[in-house]
Order: sequence, then C-alpha cells, then structure tokens
Amino acid sequence: MANSGTVGQPGAAYTFSSGDETVRRHTFAVIVDNEPGVLARVIGLFSGRGYNIESLTVSTVSADESVSRINIVTTGTEMIIEQIKAQLHRLIPIHDVHDLTLDGAHVERELALIKVRAKDHARRESLRIADIFHAKVADTTLDSFVFQIDGDPEKVDSFIELMRALGDTEVARSGVIAIARGNDVLKV
Amino acid sequence: MSTQQLSGAEMVIKALKDQGVDVVFGYPGGAVLPIYDALFKQNHVRHILVRHEQGAVHAAEGYARSTGKPGVVLVTSGPGATNAVTGLTDALMDSIPIVCLTGQVPTHLIGNDAFQECDTTGITRPCTKHNYLVKDVNKLARTMHEAFYVATSGRPGPVVVDLPKDVQFAMGTYEMPKSAAHKTYKPILKPDHSRIEAAVDLLLSAKRPIVYAGGGVINAGPNASKLLAEFVRMTNFPCTLTLMGLGAFPANEPQYLGMLGMHGTYEANWAMHDCDVMLAIGSRFDDRITGRLDAFSPNSKKIHIDIDASSINKNVRVDLPIIGDAGYALEDLIKVMKARQKKPDAAALERWWGKIDEWRALKCLSFKDGEQIAKPQQAIRRLYEKTLATGKDTFITTEVGQHQMWAAQHFDFQKPNRWMTSGGLGTMGYGLPAAIGAQLGNPDGLVIDIAGEASIQMNIQELSTAVQYRLPVKIFILNNEYMGMVRQWQELLHGGRYSESYSEALPDFVKLGEAYGMKGLRAENAGQLDDVIDEMLAHDGPVIADILVDKSENCYPMIPSGAAHNDMLLGPVAEGEEAIGTAGKMLV
Repeated sequence: MANSGTVGQPGAAYTFSSGDETVRRHTFAVIVDNEPGVLARVIGLFSGRGYNIESLTVSTVSADESVSRINIVTTGTEMIIEQIKAQLHRLIPIHDVHDLTLDGAHVERELALIKVRAKDHARRESLRIADIFHAKVADTTLDSFVFQIDGDPEKVDSFIELMRALGDTEVARSGVIAIARGNDVLKV
Repeated sequence: MSTQQLSGAEMVIKALKDQGVDVVFGYPGGAVLPIYDALFKQNHVRHILVRHEQGAVHAAEGYARSTGKPGVVLVTSGPGATNAVTGLTDALMDSIPIVCLTGQVPTHLIGNDAFQECDTTGITRPCTKHNYLVKDVNKLARTMHEAFYVATSGRPGPVVVDLPKDVQFAMGTYEMPKSAAHKTYKPILKPDHSRIEAAVDLLLSAKRPIVYAGGGVINAGPNASKLLAEFVRMTNFPCTLTLMGLGAFPANEPQYLGMLGMHGTYEANWAMHDCDVMLAIGSRFDDRITGRLDAFSPNSKKIHIDIDASSINKNVRVDLPIIGDAGYALEDLIKVMKARQKKPDAAALERWWGKIDEWRALKCLSFKDGEQIAKPQQAIRRLYEKTLATGKDTFITTEVGQHQMWAAQHFDFQKPNRWMTSGGLGTMGYGLPAAIGAQLGNPDGLVIDIAGEASIQMNIQELSTAVQYRLPVKIFILNNEYMGMVRQWQELLHGGRYSESYSEALPDFVKLGEAYGMKGLRAENAGQLDDVIDEMLAHDGPVIADILVDKSENCYPMIPSGAAHNDMLLGPVAEGEEAIGTAGKMLV
C-alpha cells in the first residue's frame, strides 16, 4: 500500500502529507516565569513529542529575577517548527516564544572552554591557532592550555576541530545564546 | 475582598466553596487527613467516596462533561496520585476541566523516599494541562483559584495541586484573588474578524461544503451547539460530528450525516473526501478521523477553527486557520453570513445533497435483528428507543471498544453534554465511574453506562460507590465474551488468531450486582431483550443488565488503518482478501 509518510515521525502520531519536508535549524528565545519545574516542562515537551534539541541555555534575565530566558536551537520541518512554537505557547508559565530565525537578523553567540594537552610543536601550534581565533588563555600548565573562545557556533566548532588534531582535548560549551539585531528591546 | 487566617486544609475547602464546588470525588489517606478533617467539619462540599482513585477522576470527568462545571478530585500522596494518572491523561486527551488535589509528604521529607511519597508534579507534568506544588501556605489560596482558572479557560484540561501535609496544617492568610486573569496564560477567545470574513467568502463559494464539528463545540458551552445548529440550518450544509462532538448537532436533523472517521458513516466519510470546502470547528484532525493522511479530503479548502493553536496544522495543513472559541466563532460566522447579499449556491448544494443521498441510500448502519441471540446493534437501538419513550433526560457513558462504537452509531443524541466516552485515550473502565459522576451532576437524569463485559471489569469496584450513594445508574453490558475490538482486529489483521482476547472465567454479572446490593438482570436471547430493558429502566436504583449478544459480530463500517475515507469496508471482507495493508498493520 502506498504510504508516503513513515511511522514514528516526530511531532505527529503517524503520517505527514505536507509538501515541505526540508529540515531547518531554528533558534528560539522562550520567555518564562522563573519558577521550579519550568525547564522540566520545556524539556519534557521536546522529549515527549520527539522534537530535537541541539542546544539549550537558560538564565534569569529580569532585574527581580522573576523571568528567565531559555534559548533553544532545534531542527525540524516547517510543520514541526510551527508545532514546537504552538506547543511551547500552551505551557502555562510561558510569556512568549520568539522564533529568532523567522523574525529576521539576529546575533548568535557561544562560549567554550577547551583544554588541550600537547607538547612541543603541537603545544606551540595550539597557541598560534588560538591567536588566529582570538581565543584567550584561561589557564596553563607546562603541557596544557585552557582556551576560552567566544563567537558564533560555527567558529567555535572549527576551533575545537583544530584543537582535537593537536592533542587530548576536553570541551565545555555554554550552548547558544541569541538576540535579535536592531533597536527593538524585548520587555520582560 | 476578604482576608482571614485559616489552616491550609481549611483554605482548600474554602477555596472549593468559593469556586462553587458542590461535589468532590476522593479517597482518603495519610497525606490528606487534615483536608478530610476540614471536610468533616462543614456542609458545603459533598464528598463522594470512590473505591479507586482512577474511578475518582473518571467520575469527576463524567460530572464535568454532563454539567459543564469543573470536576474536583481529592486523593492522597504516592499511590493515590499514581492511581489518578490514567484519569488525568484521559482528561487531558479529551480536554475535560478537572482540578485534582493530591496530598504530599511534608515539605522537609520531599525527595527522601518517604512512605507514600512520589514525585507527583514530575509524574503528572506530561499528563496535566498544568500542575502546582504548594510549599507556602500563603500562596495556597491563590494557587487554588488559579488552578480552577487554568482548568476551565481556553482549551480545558486537568490541573493537579500537590499539597504537602505540613502546608495543610500551617496557618496562613486566605485571600480571594481580585481578578481571575492570569499573568501569562491568556487564551484567545475572540476570533480575528478578517478571517471570519475570509471564511464566509470561502463557504459562500462552496459547491460541496461540509461542516466537521468536534468536542470543542461541546466544551464551548450549550450555546455554541445552538449556534452550530443555527448555522447549519441557515446554510443547509451537511454536518458531521466526531466521537467527541456527538450531541453538538441534533442527530434527527436532515443535515446530519452521522459520525465520521474509522467507524463513521459511509456518507460522512465520503462527503469529507469529496467536499470542496471543509469547515472544521473544535475538531483536531485526529488519526481516527483522517485515515490515510495523504488521501484525506484531497481537493478541499480547509477552514479550521480551534481554541488551541497547536491543533492547527498538526496533522493536516489547513488553508484558513482561525484561533478562537467555537461559540464566538460561530456567532461571528452567522452574523457575517447574514449580512452578506450573496447566499450559498442553492443549485450546487442540491447536486451535492443528491450525491450525499446516494451514499445515504446504502444504509451503512443497517443490521438484521438476531433471531436467537441479540445483535449488539439491536440491543443499543432498542435501548435508545425505550429510553426515548421514557421522556427522561438521558445521559450515556461508555467503556471502550466495539460497544462504544456501536453506541456512537446507534444511539442518537439531540443535545450536547449527554454523551460521555473516552475518545482520546480510549480508557477501558471509564464508563461506570463516569456514569456515577454524571448521575451526581444530574440527579433526575437517566444515566446509562453502555459497557462491554471486559471493560466493565476494569473499574467494577465502583458498583459499590453507586450503591452507597443510591445512584440509580444502569449498566448495560453487551456481553460477547470477547474483548471485541481486539478480536475484530485479530480477525482482520492477524489471521483470526485470537490471542488472549477471549473473556475467560467471566463472573455471573447478575449475582455480582446482587452481591453489591443492586439489581441484576440478564437477557439470554433476543426475545428477552425488551423485557430486560423495560425492567432495567423501571427500577428505581442501580441495575446491572447482562445482555448476551452475538459473539462474532464486527463493527462496520470501518476505515481500515492506513486506508483512505473512500476505502471504507461496509461489511466482512471476502476470504483471501487483505483488509489492511502492510503499512496499515503498523498503525494502531
């Protein structure tokens, strides 16, 4: 029997018939009440409905610490992205869901700490590459560095890839934070 | 605005009273003893003691669905809360407003694996609309009122309030909130006017329109159903209802095509498939409705009115989404429609009705009465005719399975809030406790649980509740000694290998009823059917009626899973033919 969809697609019980099946990456800023369980609600929604989370960061952002901003990077087809937004909106403590990818130009940044254990030439090379990437040295021993790098996620990716070639590495990444360009200020 | 010093437990009761709650369904335990003590000392809120917490939630659902008011549940911590989970999930899937109060171990013991502790908010997070853990008695009153607001506004659903025992004992300030409005939760009720105009444009241009309405119309209140009827009569558009929507449009109106979907009528499904403009109101394009998605109503423009934005474009891409309450939307649609000079295309509609009448002429729900043993359809139809003759306001609940589908097909509903069935979750054991709740909400109503012999056993303990409170609910068991729907699928999909679907070692339901202190009746053949129904309806008290029906009868028409609306099976498939393809077998 002809059946275009597959069983177990994320976001719906069974099959999809929609035209656009291109998977795209979207960055959301989700403004929530800073209360216990709110992060669990968001994460539970993603896992329960089979949506992807590529990156997630959360922190309070209001002066009185009553409001938090969750930055989520996710992937999905157009219909799934639309579902994610609508499903997030249903959660009671959620103020607003901003699809930064859809809203227009935005800045994405990530911070990473990369420990590289290397000697001799490799050690010198790691320092030279760090310089090219404008990474800072956060800590050093005789056979290791901890580099601190910030920038868009692709830049961080490339830097980590290069470091891995030079020695044993340990990586800590903050996840993506993002904000819209321009002079509009999101009141929380 | 009144403020007063009360214990947490007293606040719970006061909040219930202030919310106008008259009935609470519950079961006591260690972690809710202070609330039960406060309950004991007052006369405003009546407590109904169920026999299992799942029954408490289903009873509250039956109460809510038959009265339009939120249902309230009170259970203890640990097993009390976990037993309620099936009911909560059921209420979430069917959008039923429930406030469920759960006891919790004292705050200082939370996380210590204390006796009867469970992570109630963690466990119920995915199966509630929202939940709360109240750690500060001074936030208790506000939380209670907020819980009622969240449960009943927008798309309704279950809300859990978890109450640690020390918070129930603590003294604090009770304050009525100044307004019901919520800081962040603000559902959109009024639809966008320009979209209503666009919808009317589309509807007026339609040659083959259909109205496809669901439970959202019922949840929008009885007035929304009146408006739906007005809209359909005014336009003379054909109207079909989902399982959840039965009663939203009167079944005896000429425009009614019957229920649609997997076990819907031939005319409803074909009209859905062939229509050119579809108006979906308070319905969610569930997989039981659509069948194979890529063949679902392929040539229609779809208008979808729903209060929940996440229902839109979830399964089916629609052309004109309208977010809002079904009642408001219908009111606006009628207003705009009336203001237009242009009227629906009468000639095209006549041709469309001609086509529909051809489909109707197949009489897809017809059946032959059983000569010896009664047919299940026959039993339901006789029950319908006889309840109609009583002139009583009749409320039907069901369990889940073949009997549920036959009840949906053969029992006609003229009004909303008269039909209570587990649509989304498909919970066996729903019907009896739901009937108890419906009877409490409608003391003068005739409440009947149409059941199967397998489903009824899943919450059979609630017979005791019915007897305790002298609730004259009638339990009408279609007994075919099988989990009939499982058996039907095994016949269609698995070569008739009836793996574990035979109801072995059944109790004698007559004696069982009598053991609980209620009347027990049995119809062993078709000839006894009428007398048993008469006797059941005449008895002023709870009755269990065991109706033996044809064991091999299957529920038709049927859209096999993975098939399209125009691939309906009207009756048994000839030998050697595959009813369901390989892809369909993967689906449920």
